[in-house]
Amino acid sequence: MQLHEYKNIKEQLWFDTLGNGLSVYVVPKKGYFKSTAVFATKYGGSDRRFKLAGKWHNTPAGVAHFLEHKMFDKKDVSVMQQFSANGASPNAFTSSGMTAYYFESIENFEESLKILLEFVTEPYFTEESVAKEQGIIAQEIRMIEDNPQFVVYRNMMQALYAENPIRDSVAGSVESIAEITAQTLYYCHEAFYNPSNMVLCAAGDLDPERIRDIAEKLLPKERKETAERDYGQGESPLPLEERKEAKMEVAVPLFMAGAKLEGGLTGTERQRQELIGDFAMSLFLGKSSPLYSRLYSQGLINSSFYGGTSYFPDGAVSVFGGESRDPDAVFSAVTEEAARFAADGPDKDYFERLKKSVLGEEIRGLNSMYGICTRQLTGHFEGFDPLRSIEILDEITIKDVVSFIAENLEPQRLAISLVRPFN
Amino acid sequence: MVSVSRKEIMPLVYLTTERTDKFKTGCISITLCLQLSRKNAARNALLPKVLLRGCGRYPDMQSLSAALDELYGARLEPIVRKKGEVHCIGLYADFVDDAFVSEGERVLERVAELMGQVLLCPATRAGLFNSDYVKSERENLADRIRARINDKQQYAVSRLKELMCAGEPYSVDTLGEKPEDALKLSPITLTKHYREIIETARIEVFYCGSAETARVEIAIKNALEALPRANGELEQPFTDVKMSTAEARYFSESLDVTQGKLAVGFRLGEIMKKPDLAALLVFNALYGGSVTSKLFLNVRERLSLCYYASSQIERHKGLMIVSSGIEVEKYDEALAEILRQLDLIRQGEISDDELENSRKSIMTDLRSVMDSQIQLENFYLGQAIDSLTYAPDVLAELVRDITKEDILAVADSIRLDSVYFLKNAEGSR
Repeated sequence: MQLHEYKNIKEQLWFDTLGNGLSVYVVPKKGYFKSTAVFATKYGGSDRRFKLAGKWHNTPAGVAHFLEHKMFDKKDVSVMQQFSANGASPNAFTSSGMTAYYFESIENFEESLKILLEFVTEPYFTEESVAKEQGIIAQEIRMIEDNPQFVVYRNMMQALYAENPIRDSVAGSVESIAEITAQTLYYCHEAFYNPSNMVLCAAGDLDPERIRDIAEKLLPKERKETAERDYGQGESPLPLEERKEAKMEVAVPLFMAGAKLEGGLTGTERQRQELIGDFAMSLFLGKSSPLYSRLYSQGLINSSFYGGTSYFPDGAVSVFGGESRDPDAVFSAVTEEAARFAADGPDKDYFERLKKSVLGEEIRGLNSMYGICTRQLTGHFEGFDPLRSIEILDEITIKDVVSFIAENLEPQRLAISLVRPFN
Repeated sequence: MVSVSRKEIMPLVYLTTERTDKFKTGCISITLCLQLSRKNAARNALLPKVLLRGCGRYPDMQSLSAALDELYGARLEPIVRKKGEVHCIGLYADFVDDAFVSEGERVLERVAELMGQVLLCPATRAGLFNSDYVKSERENLADRIRARINDKQQYAVSRLKELMCAGEPYSVDTLGEKPEDALKLSPITLTKHYREIIETARIEVFYCGSAETARVEIAIKNALEALPRANGELEQPFTDVKMSTAEARYFSESLDVTQGKLAVGFRLGEIMKKPDLAALLVFNALYGGSVTSKLFLNVRERLSLCYYASSQIERHKGLMIVSSGIEVEKYDEALAEILRQLDLIRQGEISDDELENSRKSIMTDLRSVMDSQIQLENFYLGQAIDSLTYAPDVLAELVRDITKEDILAVADSIRLDSVYFLKNAEGSR
C-alpha cells in the first residue's frame, strides 16, 4: 500500500487499488476506541438512466435507495444480528450520487469488515420481500414529505432544474417505487455493485495491510464493465421557474433560494470550485458577515439562516435560506448586497480572518472518523484528495470569491422556494 | 492517555476535565444548573441567546464573531437542555488545539476568557440588558417555541410529556411553554433574573482536550474571577421522580400530517428508588433502543407496521417513551404490538443472543462516547446531575454484568402511563 502524509494536519492516508478495480483507503487514528469502515458504490438517486452491454435502461426514481434497504435482507441470516454479535452498529445512506454502507465498532473490527463486504456483494431479493419493503419505504417517503425542510429544498431544485434527476427525491415517490420488482434490483445491483465502481474506506486504530488483504480475499476477482450514465440534456444557467410556494404546518415561513452552478467538474478543479463556492457564501452572508448582522438585527433572519454550495451528479447549487417572517425582503437584501459585494469586494482583514476561521473548521472536521471517510468517498468518486482542502483554501483569492458572487447571485439566476403556514 | 478529574473550584462551581491528546480540538462548557419551572423556563432559555448578542468588550454580533474568527473559528454556542427537572443553560465552545496554530499561541486561555466575558460582563445600557437584543431574541425564542410543531415526531413526544406529566415541572419544555412566555419578558425582568441566578446557581464547567488539568483550572478561575457567589444561599436543583401511576390515559390530536405519530409514555416505577443505570440502558436496548431490539425487529421489520419505532429512557425523571411513525389506520395494531413486546419481556422471553446483543450495543455506545467531545460533555453533565462520577468505560464494564434477572426487574417495575396519537384531520388523507 502507498502512504501519503499530511504534516500540516497531522494525518496519514494509506491507499491501494486492487486487481478488480476496488480502491481501498485507510486513515489511521491513534487513541480512538471506535473504528469505522464504509463500503460505497458510485450509484445514487440520480443514476436512473444508464447503458450496460450496449443497451440503455430507464429505471424508476428510488431504486438506489430501495436497493440499500433490501441489501440488509438475506435468505436465512440477519445482517443486523451478525453485526450486533460483533458489537458493531451498521447503517447505510443513499445520496444522489452514491450508496454507502458502514459500521462502527469497538472490537472485532475484522469480523465486521467481512460481514460488511459480504452482505453488500451478495444480493437476495424475492417478490414477497420487495412487496413488503414497498410498505416500509412508502412510510419513509410520507415521513420525508411531512418535513418542511425537505419540501422547501425539493421545490427549489424543481424550480431550478428542467431535467436533472436531482428534481426527484432520492427515495422516489410512493408511485415510482411501486414499479420496482426483484428483477429491477438484481439488474441494478449487477450494473453498479462491482468492485471497480466501488470504494472501501476505513478509519481507526487499524492495520491498513490487513484491511486490504481481507478485501482482496473476499471480493470477486474480475473487473467488470462500469455502466455509462445519462443525467439529461445540459441545463440552462437560468432557473426553470422563479418561484414555488407551498403551505404546510409550520410556525414561521421557511425559504430557500439558490442558483445553478456549472456541473460535471471533476478532480482538483471541482474541489477548488466547491471550496470557493462555500467560502464565498460564508464570506458574503455567513455569521460574521455585515449582511448577516444587519438582517439579524432587523429581525428578518434568525440563527437558522445559512448559505453554502453543494455538488451532485452533473450539477451544483449555491443556496441560502432559513426561517423568516419576510423571505422576499431577505431575498432582495441579499441580491442588492451581492451587487455591492461584486463592485466593492470584501474588507481585506475580514477576508484573512475568515480564512483562519475556515482553517479551524476544516481541522475540527478531522475529529470525526465517519466524516473523514465520507469525504474520502466523495473525493475518490470525483477524483480529488479531500485531505488537501486546507492547502487549496489557502490559495483562494479575493478575486475568486468576488467573481463567484458576481456570477452566481444575480437575481435572474436565482429561484426561490417558500413554505408558508396555513394561516 | 485519558485522565478524568473533578473538583469544586469556587463555591458550588465544579470543574470536570478529561485530558486526552486524541482530538484536534479542545472544548469548554459552562452550565448553570437551575430548577426547571413554569415561571422561569423561558427566562432561562432566553438568557444565553441575549448574552451571545454581545458583551462589554465585543458589544455586537459582528465584533463577537470577528473575535471568534480570529481564534481560528472557535465556536461559541448557547446550550439549553433539561436533565430531569434540572434546567441546564449555558455556553459551549470548541476550538483548535494549540498544535495547529502559530507557535506560542494559547487558544484555550483566550477562549475561556471570552466565555467569561460573555457570561459575566454582558452588553448593558444603564445597568440593564440592551433592550434591542432582548426584544429581538424574545421574538426568536417565541418563533422557536412555535416551530416545535415543524418536527412532528419530536412534537408528538413533547406533547406526550406535557400531557403525561401535567402538573409536574418536567412537563415544561426547555424553551418555555407558550410563545407569550417569551414575548412578555422585558429587559428589567431578564436582568433581575440574570443577576439572581448568576449569584446562586450551581455551575458545572467541563473541559476536554490536550491541556493539563492545572492549566485548565487556572484558565477557568481567571475567566470566572468576576463571578458573584451569594453566601450560603446557593441552590441545589433536584428532580421529583413520581413512581406510581393511575389508570393509563389516552390522548389524540389532529394536524395536517401524512403519517400518524404515536408516542407511548411509561413510568419506570419502583425501580427508580435505587436506579441501576446499567440495567436501564440494557433493558432499553433490548426493548426498543437498538436495531436488534424487539420493537425494531417486530413492529417494523416483521409486521411492517411503521417506518420507525424506538424507545428511549429519561433516566433522571424515570420515564420511558416509545415513539413511532405509522399509518393512521394502524393505530390499534401498532399500539397493541408495542405493549405486547413489553409483556413478552416480562414473561421472560429474552434469548441469550438478544441479551448479549443489547449489552454489546450499549457498551459500543458508551465507548463511542469517549471518541466525541460533545458526547463526553453531555455524559459528564448527566453524571454530575445524578451525583455520579464514573466514566463511560466504567459504566460499560457494569453493563457487561447485567443479567436476565436485572432486565426482568426493570420490566416488572415499568407501568404504562399515557398514550398520545397525532393524526391527520378527518376528511384529508
